[in-house]
Amino acid sequence: MCRLAAITSGEYFSPMENIIALETMKEGHDGSGMGLILKGLGGEFEELKDYPVLSGICSEDGMKTLDGYMNRIGFRLKYTWTPKTRTVRGIESRDHYFARVYDYPDMHRDKPLEEKEMLLLKTRLALRSLGEEDESIIIFAFYPDILALKEVGDPLQLGEFLGLDRSSLKAKIVLAQGRQNTNYAINLYACHPFFIKGYGTMTNGENTAFIPIREFLSGRNIPGYIGYNSDSEVFCHILHYTCRQLGYPLHYYKDVITPLKQDEIDARPDREAASYLKRSLRPLCIDGPNCVIGFTPDGTCFMVQDAKKLRPGVVGGVKGKFALMSEECGLDSVVPGRDKTTDVFPMKFDMVIIKPDAEEVLVWNQLHG
Amino acid sequence: MEPAARLDNNHELAVKDFPYIVRWRDDRCKRCGRCTAVCPMYAIEPAVIVQRALKSEGTMPEPQAVRRVITIVKQTTDISRYCTGCATCTLVCPNEAIEPEYNPAHKFNFHKNRGGHPYRRGGRRNDPAPSTLDRLRFSRISMLTDPALDAGRHEFRIRTYLGRILPAEELPVRVVNNRLEVNRKAGTFVPPVREIYPIMIGSMSIGALSPYMWEGLAMGITYLNEVEGMPVVMCSGEGGMPQRLLRSRFIKYFIPQIASGYFGWDEIVRAIPHMIEDPCAIEIKYGQGAKPGDGGLLMAHKVLKLISEIRGVPMGVDLPSPPTHQTKYSIEEAVAKMIQSMYMAWGFRVPVYPKISGTHTAKAVLNNLVRNPYAAALSIDGDDGGTGAAYNVSMDSMGHPIASNIRECYLDLAAQGKQNELPLIAAGGVGKKGNLAANAAALFMLGASCVSIGKYIMQAAAGCFGDEYNRCNVCNLGKCPRGITTQDPRLYRRLDPDRVAERVVEVFKSVDTELKKIFAPMGRSTELPIGMSDGISADDPAVAERLKIKYNC
Repeated sequence: MCRLAAITSGEYFSPMENIIALETMKEGHDGSGMGLILKGLGGEFEELKDYPVLSGICSEDGMKTLDGYMNRIGFRLKYTWTPKTRTVRGIESRDHYFARVYDYPDMHRDKPLEEKEMLLLKTRLALRSLGEEDESIIIFAFYPDILALKEVGDPLQLGEFLGLDRSSLKAKIVLAQGRQNTNYAINLYACHPFFIKGYGTMTNGENTAFIPIREFLSGRNIPGYIGYNSDSEVFCHILHYTCRQLGYPLHYYKDVITPLKQDEIDARPDREAASYLKRSLRPLCIDGPNCVIGFTPDGTCFMVQDAKKLRPGVVGGVKGKFALMSEECGLDSVVPGRDKTTDVFPMKFDMVIIKPDAEEVLVWNQLHG
Repeated sequence: MEPAARLDNNHELAVKDFPYIVRWRDDRCKRCGRCTAVCPMYAIEPAVIVQRALKSEGTMPEPQAVRRVITIVKQTTDISRYCTGCATCTLVCPNEAIEPEYNPAHKFNFHKNRGGHPYRRGGRRNDPAPSTLDRLRFSRISMLTDPALDAGRHEFRIRTYLGRILPAEELPVRVVNNRLEVNRKAGTFVPPVREIYPIMIGSMSIGALSPYMWEGLAMGITYLNEVEGMPVVMCSGEGGMPQRLLRSRFIKYFIPQIASGYFGWDEIVRAIPHMIEDPCAIEIKYGQGAKPGDGGLLMAHKVLKLISEIRGVPMGVDLPSPPTHQTKYSIEEAVAKMIQSMYMAWGFRVPVYPKISGTHTAKAVLNNLVRNPYAAALSIDGDDGGTGAAYNVSMDSMGHPIASNIRECYLDLAAQGKQNELPLIAAGGVGKKGNLAANAAALFMLGASCVSIGKYIMQAAAGCFGDEYNRCNVCNLGKCPRGITTQDPRLYRRLDPDRVAERVVEVFKSVDTELKKIFAPMGRSTELPIGMSDGISADDPAVAERLKIKYNC
């Protein structure tokens, strides 16, 4: 089983908070990897929010290929952040870890966001494909105000290795996953959290319905719906599909992945539309066991469970800072002074939604709204 | 000297040439005559023979040859009265004195064409080997990383959809106050969709079936719907339905079928204004797995009063349905028009779908239907499907197995991203070896949304004798010894419709539990695992490769 540690805050904070929370939950992960996604970047990135950040890992050769490609497309490098890595036993260092901020090519600079997003996505996919075979280029994200780091190893050691404890790197939302490697070979593209066009998720658990979901998403012909090195990547794409492609409000994500029974739907005010959804998105229904934590482009965070098996998950905090964790001990490490009686353990019908800047926590219930 | 009897029996058959040899035991038989009376083929008959016996009655052995006249039960060697192995004789014998025994060395197929008439029969393909479906195993077991569900404790939703499902992008919904609502001004046609149990009773007509059998099935599914809350539906087969049923509220559990003979449709059309409920769906039959490219046939001796009334035809005439719909000249136009006409008849409130036989060209049909926004599903009937009457050559040598046919159709839909839009109904040999739940679940995982059964339910609910050793299989002759496929009241009175209904309910309740027993350890419960191909494996690499599933050994 993996462990998840997400924090959303009105203030910038260090991703080390997530890593320390993961450390408290260490019994639940085996240190086979960690993924971090930072959204709402602070520090040196604060002034660069409008520019896309390319996050990834390259070999020496891969870096040359990457530079050549980016130059050819017309992206101009504005700023490079590289972690100040330290030698840590057990972690094999790769050549280049980076988060590079680029300026858009001239012809795209004034284009609407949608067109820019498509350019970023295509660029990310092209870079991925250029370096996939020899693993010379591994790209996690290419999007404004998003930074992703992933590596094999124990989360705390990785934090030390990447120098995050001494870094000024900060963000308002950080998703971190401590990985438990089970049935898949260690591949950084299989490492959570996953990200596509402003939407990010990480998941705890195994997705029993992976194959039909993957086939359905792959058949949408939507650029970026590829990969699926992990059975959890589909959760991110379902979120993007539901909210961006179909334009549904966020809480319908819960209806899509864990649809109600028809007689339960019939008791809802939106029964007719919800019935249509249930039918049309039938292949996206999950069967768990899964706890999904994610964010949307506006900075809303959420936690949701499957309908039967459930994975550990709890949300708690104070106004201005909330944590979404696999375990209570993780929550204690991030927001020790909170009122624990207000902690939320989402159950089969619930979706916990935290508004941007951790303003408030809402629990949306499938049956009662 | 002249011999007592001539020995030139060259143009006669020996019992050894027959598929079943009747083993009759003189010592057990009390000559009650039940076996000979009940034999549907008159394959056995009472006979008198002269027997030579040695007798010795004194204290010393003094054997004397005596001749005595005794009655026996004799198997005929007239091929028109061959023993079908149905074993009704065994069933009625009070002393276990008679039993037909399968003769694997028979030469039946060499001789069963007297008068130049090829062998015709009912039943299904005479191939007793396990089908592909029976060679698939469910090998993705959830444990530890994904806890298995509890078939007895957890809630399962074993349901499917019948009807064209719009892709989410085309749904007429809009967001109002953070909530989705249906936009009626969009003018989008949302096709009717039924939520049904994923195993349906396939098309068997009143006519092919006896009135009692059909009634039993109908009562069974009605009970399942009304009392057990299981929305099992049943297709009428070609030949109409009783007016009383058409005009009742129970019609919603039935799928009237229209086939190339259009039998019964005058009566159905007349009933439309009087219907108080819509039928579940309409099936247009273009083909049948057991006899691909062949039309239906109800023999004259089955067309009695009830049938003639329901079908709107005179009594006592053969009712052949042509191999193809006479108005059908292309799938793009005529089939589309037929589908639309049927929609129109019920105000676009009833799903209409075609049924074809399994074929290499199924994908072409499928792709035409994909582009027809009214096609509600595609039913594909594989070559292990049964029939009431067909040429043996059609049944044994023609057709396409359902497993790979359904799989390639599903993968074709998936490649287009339309696997949820056009449900595939799989039929033909589902439950051939009695493993209904396992066969059905395998077909779901290969891509079927629903399966259809015929022969299985006749065997399970009414004790149909037929099997793949050509046992019985006289459905075409109206001589069904069980009273299932006959219009002869003397035969169908043997069947108790209430018992049939009871068995239908038992079958569906038990298959429901078995499906849960399959899905629970695989971790699936909320939706049918349609296309969950990582759940199954084959014991043959070639099968695994063809079906794009795992090979396990």
